[in-house]
Amino acid sequence: MVEIKNLTFKYNNEIILENINLKIEKYDYVALIGPNGGGKTTLIKLILGLLKPTSGKIILNTKKIGYVPQYTNFSLDIPIRVIDVVLQGRLNKFKFFYNEKDKKIALEKLSLVGMSKFQNKKISDLSGGQRQRVLIARALVNEPDILILDEPTSAIDIKGQKEIYKILKSLNITKLIISHDINILLEGVNKVAWISKKLVLHNTPDLHFKPNEEHFCEVDFINAIQNCNVCHGEHT
Amino acid sequence: MIELFTLIPNSFYASILISIAVGIVGSLIVINKNSFIAGSIAHGSFGGIGIAFYFGIPILLSTSIFASILAIILSFITLKMPHRSDAVIGAIWAIGMSIGIIFSEMTPGYNSGLISYLFGSILTIANEDINMMIGVDSLLIIFILFLYNQILLISYDKEFSKVQGLNVTLLHTIFLILTALTIVMSVRAIGLILIIALFTIPPFIAEKFTKSLKSMMFLSAILSAIFMISGIIISFYYDISATATIILLASVSFFAVMFKKN
Repeated sequence: MVEIKNLTFKYNNEIILENINLKIEKYDYVALIGPNGGGKTTLIKLILGLLKPTSGKIILNTKKIGYVPQYTNFSLDIPIRVIDVVLQGRLNKFKFFYNEKDKKIALEKLSLVGMSKFQNKKISDLSGGQRQRVLIARALVNEPDILILDEPTSAIDIKGQKEIYKILKSLNITKLIISHDINILLEGVNKVAWISKKLVLHNTPDLHFKPNEEHFCEVDFINAIQNCNVCHGEHT
Repeated sequence: MIELFTLIPNSFYASILISIAVGIVGSLIVINKNSFIAGSIAHGSFGGIGIAFYFGIPILLSTSIFASILAIILSFITLKMPHRSDAVIGAIWAIGMSIGIIFSEMTPGYNSGLISYLFGSILTIANEDINMMIGVDSLLIIFILFLYNQILLISYDKEFSKVQGLNVTLLHTIFLILTALTIVMSVRAIGLILIIALFTIPPFIAEKFTKSLKSMMFLSAILSAIFMISGIIISFYYDISATATIILLASVSFFAVMFKKN
């Protein structure tokens, strides 16, 4: 689906990403983790074609990419309804108006993320989690082969995060998600790429425990991993 | 009251035509947080007025070209260096005004019409200005009928619109050129100092009461027409400046809405 080969990206002569290699297969669910400023968002922008690599290349097997940007980039005050946001996913350079088919697909995707009844609400009246679900619906209206999400669960309460993870898990397409939330590893991810200028790829261990719904943080996660037999004593 | 508008019909037409532009351009200025850019074009366009005085060329033509050039420069600066653009926007504001001051000073007897460009004189609008307003309004209506969805997407989420393949640079530049033409057409009526207030206050109020950009545009146009026409009537009977009355009416409503909503 996506193959990144020896990719290096420099900005103002500073190396942001160095010799990145990553292969994303069809139906992979890849989590991109790593420190702030480590280059996660930059890598996504390179895959989306918003930035050009300094050297190396990115081979994309598809042109149909669904993208969910980070919510901090948005103008929150603009008066715009939920359905109008979802329809935006159908626009392109040569498309100016929406037809019946666009509206039908937009409503379908809204109901897929459980937001149909909010279709005529102003987007700024929704909660963070609801807004994020609308953005996922917008990314899906072109029936993409791969969904790329930049921190979809940041600044959202636990309940909202759970709902988003559940929706993502249910989508039968290739997914690439940037996350600061360690819980993502329990939500069906099969590869984890840690990025801080360089990339280290892990396969996710198959964790057989159910986290507490009320509270689950990094401390619980480490405890759980220590008690987990799939780790074969690598963590002591 | 009716006699007033039969006496000076152009002020009535100008109010309606400018209000249509306030609805479309003003709403887009407000949702894109472009008031400073619009202010820069408005004040900078004074350069075009000075050049027209000095060389004796038609003012609307000279100012339209001058303001459009400023709009193109501003478009590239705001897209290429979004985090430092405010300093450049401020500089262009002053450069345009300075060019205007120097050229009009070099023109003998320049003082005559100057005040009306700064503060506007909606009661003495020429047919030539009305024609330009009709032309620019037609362009604006065509622009928004065709590009409404694309402009809305760019205003809401620039990054996503780039991924969707929209030409953000081109659309942003077209929008700023239209803003420049709108400002030029309104300069003699409203004056370049007060113009930004008229283009931002009605949309700002409308935004609080509407759920879509379309309805925001309609409501701002209606509010603007109410402010302008009632401002003209009040100023006529009390013999005070029409434009200042219009802006004060709008400002009082603006603070009343802010106070009520919070």
